[in-house]
Amino acid sequence: MIQLLAFYLFAIVTIVSGILCVTARNPVHSVLWLILAFFNAAGLMVLVGAEFIAMLLVIVYVGAVAVLFLFVVMMLDIDFAELRSGFARYLPFGVALVALLAGEIIFAEGAWNAGGILLSRSAPTPEGMSNIQALGLLIYTRYLYIFEGAGLVLLVALIGAIVLTHRKRGDVRTQKISEQNMRRPEDATRNTRPPVGQGVEL
Amino acid sequence: MIGLIHYLTVSAILFVTGVFGIFLNRKNLIIILMAIELILLSVNLNLVAFSAYLHDLVGQVFAMFVLTVAAGEAAIGLAILVIYFRGRGTISVDDVNRMKG
Repeated sequence: MIQLLAFYLFAIVTIVSGILCVTARNPVHSVLWLILAFFNAAGLMVLVGAEFIAMLLVIVYVGAVAVLFLFVVMMLDIDFAELRSGFARYLPFGVALVALLAGEIIFAEGAWNAGGILLSRSAPTPEGMSNIQALGLLIYTRYLYIFEGAGLVLLVALIGAIVLTHRKRGDVRTQKISEQNMRRPEDATRNTRPPVGQGVEL
Repeated sequence: MIGLIHYLTVSAILFVTGVFGIFLNRKNLIIILMAIELILLSVNLNLVAFSAYLHDLVGQVFAMFVLTVAAGEAAIGLAILVIYFRGRGTISVDDVNRMKG
């Protein structure tokens, strides 16, 4: 009974916050709705026993991706009112397309439900193992190369993001290590003996 | 009773919401990226639901890879957005014809 309640709670909050995310006026609110949607999707995943993926969702999405979005939204000085000008114009076409897509997906689900395709299991969950243990067993044995490939994708994304956004700025003064080390006291300082009451020229 | 169909329906609605968001906010690149994240989330939900239904962990392994790609995509997308904004002062994608050729 409580699972039923939890499922409907998580599902409804996920969908509502997803809709609010794409329709919110303020992009900051949009990001916050996105975070709520991720949290509730993680709850949905916990309900079916995928604890590890749920935790990963919270850590990666809420902890990294959503914060990155917030950073960018707040950092860039963007006129968001101007960007929303085509909202009403795009609405009818968007609704029509989305209705078509939703109809197709639900039809496909109904057809699948009626037919029942028999799929062979390729890696059954061993008995007496926790979700994360079984996942680790799979990742580090059969899917090792794909796992390493995923790490490579992340590395490329990391380097790519840095390369894309890095720039040399001309208006800041940076250290020039070799020049500073080459400097001698003779060309940096000057000894003077000014007469009383006259001071020094700089 | 909660079955696979319930999960698939939630996932389908989430997916459609993401597509809707892309169409609705066609000028705002940030919201488009967020809509793509929603789409990938719905894909993950689908994979996890099928993994539970079929008692097969491979679905969860692939959900993890989808998550990885989504994180990388968000990072690169936002980096491109930042340099685009630096060059033009706006993020309107209505007339992106700067990169021809």
